[in-house]
Amino acid sequence: MAEQLHGNAKSPAPVLEIDKLARRLGPGFALGPVDLAIQPKQIVCLVGHSGCGKSTLLRLIAGIEQPDSGALRLDGRELAGSGVFVEPEMRNIGFVFQDYALFPHLTIEQNIMFGLRKWSREDARSRVAMLLELTALSAMADRYPHMLSGGEQQRAALARALAPQPSVVLMDEPFSNLDRDLRERVRHDTIALLRRTDTTAIIVTHDPEEALSTGDFVVLMKSGRIVQSGTPRELHDRPADRYAAEFFSTFNRIPGTYRKGRLHTALGVFPCRLDVSEGSEALAFIRPQAVCPCLAEGALSGSVRSRSFRGEIEQIELDVEGLEAPLTMRTTQRLHIRDGRLSFSIDPDTVLAFAAA
Amino acid sequence: MTMAATGSGRNGRRRSGAVWLIAAGATALAVALPFLALLVEAMHGSEGLWNHLFSTILPVALRDTLILLAGVGVLVAILGTGTAWLVTAYEFPGRRTLEWALLLPLAVPTYIVAYTYLDILHPIGVVQGTIRTVLGYSSPREFRLPDIRSMTGCIILLSFVLYPYVYIATRAMFLTQPASLIEAARTLGVSRRAVFWRVALPLARPAVAVGMSLALMETLNDIGAAEFLGVRTLTVSIYTTWITRSDLPGASQIALSLLVVVVAVVALEQYARRRQRFAAGAQRGGKNFERQRVSASAGLLLLMLGLIPVLIGFVGPALYLATEAWTRIGYAGLPPRFLSTVSGTILLSAAATLLTLVLGAAAAYAARTRPGGVSATAFRLSTIGYAAPGTVIAIGLVIVLGAFDRTVNALAGSWFGISTGLIFLGSGAALVYAYTARFLAISAGGMAAGLSRIPQSLDEVSRTLGETASGTLRRVHLPLSKTALAASALLVFVDCVKELPATLLLRPLNVETLATHLYGEAARGTYEEASISALAIVLIAILPVVLLSRVGSERNLRQGDVAPLPRSLPSVQQHHVA
Repeated sequence: MAEQLHGNAKSPAPVLEIDKLARRLGPGFALGPVDLAIQPKQIVCLVGHSGCGKSTLLRLIAGIEQPDSGALRLDGRELAGSGVFVEPEMRNIGFVFQDYALFPHLTIEQNIMFGLRKWSREDARSRVAMLLELTALSAMADRYPHMLSGGEQQRAALARALAPQPSVVLMDEPFSNLDRDLRERVRHDTIALLRRTDTTAIIVTHDPEEALSTGDFVVLMKSGRIVQSGTPRELHDRPADRYAAEFFSTFNRIPGTYRKGRLHTALGVFPCRLDVSEGSEALAFIRPQAVCPCLAEGALSGSVRSRSFRGEIEQIELDVEGLEAPLTMRTTQRLHIRDGRLSFSIDPDTVLAFAAA
Repeated sequence: MTMAATGSGRNGRRRSGAVWLIAAGATALAVALPFLALLVEAMHGSEGLWNHLFSTILPVALRDTLILLAGVGVLVAILGTGTAWLVTAYEFPGRRTLEWALLLPLAVPTYIVAYTYLDILHPIGVVQGTIRTVLGYSSPREFRLPDIRSMTGCIILLSFVLYPYVYIATRAMFLTQPASLIEAARTLGVSRRAVFWRVALPLARPAVAVGMSLALMETLNDIGAAEFLGVRTLTVSIYTTWITRSDLPGASQIALSLLVVVVAVVALEQYARRRQRFAAGAQRGGKNFERQRVSASAGLLLLMLGLIPVLIGFVGPALYLATEAWTRIGYAGLPPRFLSTVSGTILLSAAATLLTLVLGAAAAYAARTRPGGVSATAFRLSTIGYAAPGTVIAIGLVIVLGAFDRTVNALAGSWFGISTGLIFLGSGAALVYAYTARFLAISAGGMAAGLSRIPQSLDEVSRTLGETASGTLRRVHLPLSKTALAASALLVFVDCVKELPATLLLRPLNVETLATHLYGEAARGTYEEASISALAIVLIAILPVVLLSRVGSERNLRQGDVAPLPRSLPSVQQHHVA
C-alpha cells in the first residue's frame, strides 16, 4: 500500500484536495498555506503539538470555519475557493468531536439517526441497526449518552458520523478523553471499523506514537504549516528536519564536522548528504537503540554513569571520552557489566545528520 | 452558641456543629408551621361550607386560574426563548444593550403593570385617543380597542413582565452550550436556521421549564393584576373570602386548592427537567457557540424586534409613572403620608431581610457542616416558601398567630389582669414572619451557592487548626461568601418591598407599605395618587436587575457560574446540598 501513498501522478484521484488553504487566527499567527491531497480509503493522521493548527485545519475542512484564502475540493466538487463556500450541512463530511458532542437529550439510537432525516424510514432504520451492530452498541440503543462509558460514547459518536455515509470522516483527538488502558482498545476497534467500512478518515492527534501506529499517511504540522508528510515509516526513519526527527523519537545529538560527504564525530565517521559548506559544524542524530553493546576489542567504549531497567529494555547512560553529554543507549540484552566499562558499536545505517542550528 | 460547640468538640463524643443543626431544624419548623395550620383549619370547615365552596366559588376560580396559567405559560415561553435566541445567536449593533434591557421588565411588579395599562389604555386615555384622532373617529362610542380588563388582557400584561424568568434561564443555557453540539448538527446536515428547532431548543427545554415555572408561580402569587383586570383567580378568591366574608375555614380550603395547583406546576417543571442532568453532563468546557453576524438592515430589524417586550414591559409603564408622578408632585407636592409609608416599608423589609439572612445562613451552614438526611430535609423545608403564594402563607399565619395571640392575651388577662392585645398580628411581627418564610429560599439558596464554591478542604484545615464549626463559619465562610450574602440581601429586600398579597392580609391597621398604598388608591380609582408609590417601587426594583445583568454577563456564565435566577435559586442550589 505504501507505494501508492506518495501523491504522485499515477495514484488514483484524491478524495480531498487542499490547495493553499489559509486562515488568519490572530496577530502573528496563521494557518497555512497548506497543500494536501488525500487518497480514498486512507487513514490520515494530522499530528503536532497543541496550537500547531491541526484542529483548525480540520474545522476548515468541515466548513465549521471559513478559510481566508485557498481552495478545498471533495470528490472533485469545490467546497471552498474563490467566492465559493459550501455550508457544513451540505458537505457530506462526518465529524467526531473531542468531547463527542452527543446530543444529551436524545438516545444513542436517535443520535445516530440524527443525520438521516432525508432517508426513507426503513433505510434509516436498517442503517442505524447496522451501525449499532458494528459498534457493539445494540444493547445501548435506548440509553442516553450520559449512561454510557467513555469508550461507548466514542463509538456512538463515530457511528453517528458514519451514518450518512460521508465521503470523509474527521476526528478531532478522538481518543484523548479515554483512560490509557481503554485508549489502546478503542483505537484498535475504531481503526478496524474504519477499514471495514472503507472510510476515508483524518484523525487529529498530538501523540506521536498514536500517529505512527494509526495512520496510513502521517502529516506533521508546526506553527500552522506542514513540516513533512508521508508514510509512518518515512516520517520515523527519514525525517525531513530536526523538528520532525525529535518529534517522533529521542536522539543522541553528537557534534561533528562535515567533510566530503561524511560527518566526522567522536564516535566515528558517518556518510551523509548535507547542504552545507565544507568543514562546517553539523550534528549526528543517533537513536539510543542504534548503540549496541559488543564484546569485540577495538570497539568504542565508555564508563557507565547510570542504568535504568525498564522491563523489556534497559536504558544505560555512558560517559564517553570526547563527548560532553552522556550517550544514551537502549538494549534488550541482559548485560553483566564488570569494572563499570562497556564496549559498544553504532549501526551507521540509522544515523541521521543535520546542519547545526 | 460558640461555647456549646466548643465544649462538645472537646469531648470528641458529639460532633461539632450540633447548634447549627438545631437552628436549621427550628427554622424549618417555623416555615412549615403555617402550612400545617392551613391543613388543620381546612379540615375544621363544616361539610356544608365545603359544598358551597365546591359549587360556587371554586369551579370559576380554578378554571380562570388554569386558563391564566396556560396563557401566561405559553406566552412567556415564546417571548423568553425568542429573545434569548435573538441575543445569543446573532450579532448586531445594540445587542449588548438589548441583552440587559430585556431584564428591565422584572422591575415592574404584576400589579403595577396592570395598574398602569388600565390607565394608559383607558377608552378616554392617551393611546386610544391618539388612535381615534389618527383614524378620524371622534368618540369612544365609534371606536375603542378591546377592553384590557379581561382574561386576554391579563395574560398579555403578565407575560410581558414575567418573560425575563424564561429569558434569563434560557439565555444562560444557550450561552453555555458547547459549540461542538451545534457544529455536530451542522456536519450532520442541519442548516444554521434549523439548528434552533432541532438542537438548541430541545437542549434548552429544562431551562425553559425552570423559567416558565417561576413565571407561573409569580402568576399564582399575583393578586393586584388579576383583581384590577377583573380575573377571579384562586388568589383573589382567598383574599375576598377572608377579608369580606371573614370565613377562615373557607379561605384555608381555597388556599389548599391553590397549593395543589402550585404542586402541579412544580411537578410539571420537574418532569420537563428530568433530563437536565444529561444536559449538564455534556458541558465539558470547550468552545462556545459563535454568533452569526447579520447585515445592517437585518440587524436593525432584530433590534426593533427585541425591543418590543422592553417597550411594553418596562419603558411604557415607567414613562407613564414618571410623568404622572411628576405632574402630581408639581401640582400638590408629595402626599402627606408618603414619607411615613416609605419608612414603614423600609423598616419592615429591613427587619425581614436581616432575619431571612440569619436563618438562611443557618439552614445552609447546617447542611454543610453536618451533611446528612436531617440537615438536607431541614434545608428543603426551609425553602418551600418560595413556591407558596403570599396569600397562602398569610392565611396560614393568621391561623397560627391568631391562636397564639389569643392564648397569650387570655392567659395575661387571667393571671395578671392585663390585656396584651395581639402581639404578632397587631405589630409588624406577623408580616416579618411571612416575608421570612416566603423569601428564606433566596438567602438559604444564595448562601448554599456561596458555600459550594468554598472547597471542603478549607473547613477541614480550619478544624484541624482548632477552630469550631461556628468559628469556621465566622472566620472562613462568611468572609469568603460576602458577595453571595450581599446579593441575597438585596434580592430579599426588594422582594419584600414589592410584596403585596401577604402584606395586604397581615399588615397592622395603622401601617401602610408602598405596595398596599398603591393597591388602596388603585382600588378607589385614584390612580394619580398611587403613581408616586408605584414609581418608587419600580426604582427600587431596578437594583436587583442591575445585579442580575452583572452576574449574568457572558463571561461569568461561561466561567461556570450558576445561572442567576432570583426566585429559583433554591431549586437550582438544592443539588449542592442533597
